[in-house]
Amino acid sequence: MIKESTGAQLIQAAFQSEKPIFIPFITAGFPTPAASIDIALTLEEAGAGLLELGVPYSDPLADGPTIQTSSHKAIAQGVTLPKVLEMAKEMRGRGLKIPVILFTYYNPVLQYGTEKLISQLEDYGIDGILIPDLPFEEAEEVNKLTEQNGRSFISLVAPTSQQRIQMIASHAQGFLYCVSSLGVTGARSTLDDSVVGFLDEVKKHSRVPVAVGFGISRAEQVQLMAPHCEGYIVGSALINILLKNEDVLKDELTREQGLAEINKFVKELQSGLS
Amino acid sequence: MGTEMSNKSKGRFGEFGGRYVPETLVNATDELEKAYEEAIQDPQFLKELAEFLKEYSGRPTPLYYAEKLTEELGGAQIYLKREDLNHTGAHKINNAIAQGLLAKRMGKKFIIAETGAGQHGVAAATIAARLGLSCKVFMGEEDIRRQKLNVFRMELLGAEVVPVSSGTKTLKDATSEAIRYWVSTVDTTYYMVGSAIGPHPYPKMVRDFQRIIGDETREQILAQTGRLPDYVVACVGGGSNAIGMFYPFVEDENVKLIGAEAAGCGVDTDQHAATIAKGTRGVIHGTMTLLLQDQYGQIIEPYSISAGLDYPGIGPEHAYLYASGRAEYRSITDEEALGAFRLLSKVEGIIPALESSHAVAEVMKFAPTLDKDKIVIICLSGRGDKDVTQIYERDKGGQSND
Repeated sequence: MIKESTGAQLIQAAFQSEKPIFIPFITAGFPTPAASIDIALTLEEAGAGLLELGVPYSDPLADGPTIQTSSHKAIAQGVTLPKVLEMAKEMRGRGLKIPVILFTYYNPVLQYGTEKLISQLEDYGIDGILIPDLPFEEAEEVNKLTEQNGRSFISLVAPTSQQRIQMIASHAQGFLYCVSSLGVTGARSTLDDSVVGFLDEVKKHSRVPVAVGFGISRAEQVQLMAPHCEGYIVGSALINILLKNEDVLKDELTREQGLAEINKFVKELQSGLS
Repeated sequence: MGTEMSNKSKGRFGEFGGRYVPETLVNATDELEKAYEEAIQDPQFLKELAEFLKEYSGRPTPLYYAEKLTEELGGAQIYLKREDLNHTGAHKINNAIAQGLLAKRMGKKFIIAETGAGQHGVAAATIAARLGLSCKVFMGEEDIRRQKLNVFRMELLGAEVVPVSSGTKTLKDATSEAIRYWVSTVDTTYYMVGSAIGPHPYPKMVRDFQRIIGDETREQILAQTGRLPDYVVACVGGGSNAIGMFYPFVEDENVKLIGAEAAGCGVDTDQHAATIAKGTRGVIHGTMTLLLQDQYGQIIEPYSISAGLDYPGIGPEHAYLYASGRAEYRSITDEEALGAFRLLSKVEGIIPALESSHAVAEVMKFAPTLDKDKIVIICLSGRGDKDVTQIYERDKGGQSND
């Protein structure tokens, strides 16, 4: 009997590309759950290699104003972790092929039940999980559960990680998320050049692909980092486009217009990669 | 081997505590832990701290036999630990002085702090002024509106008050925003947490910097009465005065420890801050504890008349003392706290902070039922001058409604 690929294998396969892959982050349920499904499909169509699906949280400590805003708007509409899982399932039902990573703070996971959630990820078509406030020392249980269930637990390393890089990199599953600079998420117009050295240092120790995120908003930044990573994550800059097009995206009749804007933004972002 | 999973979770109180922070902050909390452990072994640091507490803040604070309150209630003998007599008017300065000295020792020149009503913000700004450190205080816009005078006090002391407009614009959001700012500036900035909350090592460190309350109290009651008290009572928001008061008594099994938390309009309404009575296990601001949340893990905004108790979580060591049965936590409504505020002012000539009034109110309930030879100690964590305007306006509002 041929076993279907696990989520962890699908994530690995997503990185089998010559160019670094584009990894968009969206807040699930913003501006509406129905729009999120269409947005995910549009992103895949525009070239995304992997999708980070964010569970909106009341107190997102690692996020800047943009993602805080989209999260609060989603929560106000009643979006919860169970509803985000349903959205992922619907995305699969509508034909989404790329791997999906659930991005969630730890508290919603605890209330849902850590073991229950991770054992159910496959049923909802989710391949990995990223918990920004669960550092290495607190992640032993989750690490074990994802491994048992063929999912990936995505770890982060930051410019302040220093001697921790090796420890985290050598245990990494799926891919390693490099935080480009100090601070919370949010589009930055410039990134410090030191990020390149940091990425190279991480790559030296990592047994999995290395992706970079936090602050990426422009094609030049993507171009600068491309030789030093296997993927780049874009969150706030994309959410800014969603915020700008919030009204047209909400309404099914005008949604195409907003989706076209998203497509345009993604194409522009990738334009620097030959 | 350096790469083994040897780096286990640290700073646990039973199943509570730990360190749930973004990776960017992990090394900073490690460094802080190391600096703190070294400092409290260093006689020079301890000497400087002791001098500051004595000469600058006025410690030791008295343990005062409240004869009139005792007579009024007609039961147990009641003593007040007068933390309200500290410089800046509350116990908050104990922790602020110690962390200020630690920041200086670590070579940090920038201090950030969160504040609700402004008491910790004022304490942080005070010590920053004295030590020549730059200080930013994060404060919710709603609290800024309610506590204009404290904002002005902080500004007089040379601090910058940063308005926080996210979420409900109160202490919870000010804390989140301070943590976010810390993530951005972690290489130069010292985060002075004001309560026994947050990621390890804060709950342990703040407890150790506040335990002077309990250490002095234990010595004073033994000197004054020749025995240990039967009850020790303190109000609990994040719980720094309570843990400082309780900790030195934890091993004294016959001393009952009682925390008074804020029931606001009542624990059966949705307007309260009764974390122990109504909270469930979860993670808030980097620590595993009990907190007010919905079934999906979204944090619920608390309510109390007292801004210092208006926090949706509680220090993890309190969650542990509760779960292990060593301490008991009871809920006090706004009305009960106001009754205690008025009574203590009238019979003892001491105007307590609204926070501390919750502890007084709890004692008003059970002291009359006790024999006259029983001893009850209340931690009077702060003075009520800061609350007088609020209560004046409330009274005026009440009259015009009649």
